[in-house]
Amino acid sequence: MGFKLEIVTPERVFFSDEVDMVILRGIDGDFAILKNRAPIITPLATGKIRIKKDGVERVASISEGYVSVTREKTTVITDSAEWPEEIDVERAKESKERAERRLSQREGIDILRAEASLRRAINRLEVAKLIKNNKENINH
Amino acid sequence: MAQSTREIKRRIRGINNIKQITNAMELVASARLKRARDRLEKTRPYYNAIYENIREVLGELGSINHPYLKPREIKRSLYIVIAADRGLAGGFNSNVNRLAEREMKYIKDRVKVIAVGTKARDYFRLRGYDIMAEFIGITEDPSFKDAKNIGTLALEAYEKGEIDEVKLVYTRFISVISQQPDILRLLPGDSLKADEEKAKRAIIEFEPSLDDVLNYLIPKYIQSVIYGALVESSASQQGARRTAMENATDNAEEMIDELLLTYNRVRQAAITTEITEIVSGAEALR
Repeated sequence: MGFKLEIVTPERVFFSDEVDMVILRGIDGDFAILKNRAPIITPLATGKIRIKKDGVERVASISEGYVSVTREKTTVITDSAEWPEEIDVERAKESKERAERRLSQREGIDILRAEASLRRAINRLEVAKLIKNNKENINH
Repeated sequence: MAQSTREIKRRIRGINNIKQITNAMELVASARLKRARDRLEKTRPYYNAIYENIREVLGELGSINHPYLKPREIKRSLYIVIAADRGLAGGFNSNVNRLAEREMKYIKDRVKVIAVGTKARDYFRLRGYDIMAEFIGITEDPSFKDAKNIGTLALEAYEKGEIDEVKLVYTRFISVISQQPDILRLLPGDSLKADEEKAKRAIIEFEPSLDDVLNYLIPKYIQSVIYGALVESSASQQGARRTAMENATDNAEEMIDELLLTYNRVRQAAITTEITEIVSGAEALR
């Protein structure tokens, strides 16, 4: 048996199930959480979340948030989370272009916000490409 | 009987048209209410998770020394008032606006307002309040991004010392027929209490440091409270509108019934008069 993982966003409970391992992107790099990890609270960067259960890996995109590990369960709290098939590729492309345009002008804009927006868009596009992989994994 | 039958008929038709409109509005509000309540249910776990975590962190911290949590001497206040963009919702807008103004009018020159919804903006602009920002067109379908923007504005002003406290005025959704306007203090968050029992039970690691985690958690907490208030207000708004439109439809029905009664009475009186005239005319000829 693994441990209980919950992914919570303002809009919904995105994921809630027993898993064997979860790989997250912290602000200093990727790390994995296994069963019986010591309790921790730490912020997360925009990136992929990889959930492993019974040898199958599922990937989702999350924007910034944090993770809280307690003895009972692991909770990922994030502003937004999407499976690859849920990602609106067109929208992500548009916001990537918009952010790039803003960054190239470099004037009178909130650079931190534009950069964060660019990171989110690129991450979504990367995860959207994984649709095939996810399906293959499920079929196996 | 001053009214003619034709006049009464015209009024019945008019009221019937109004009834159809209020009835349609009631149906629309019911559908939106259902959506808003679903959303309310779905956002609760998010809020609860953040609230729980922040209490754990505070329990670990012991003494509270964070700038967002330390009590301050209050000179200037910011009120975030959440009303609706449209009327025809019974007392919904005036209830929440009046509750806010009851506190604000004594300190009018030391108050700033973030108005959410045209009805809140118009109310406070008309009365000469200092409106720091306005958010229009989001009250029926609020997104987390809106809450984030409002929260960021409030936190920036608080950090700069432009304001010393932040209060949130919204409408709590109690049930479909009952909504209660309420005031909540967001900052300073000295009401946030530590969960000492839980903190003692488990030793929690904080990466990279306790302060960093707290710096991240408190703004998130503020945003989640604002989002919760936006969603509750949107459900309350639809509930209030539904009740108001239901009452309007009932009233229209009642009026139509009354008018129909008068109509029949007038019609019958006219017939009686006519018969009397015919009978007395025939009598006279004999």
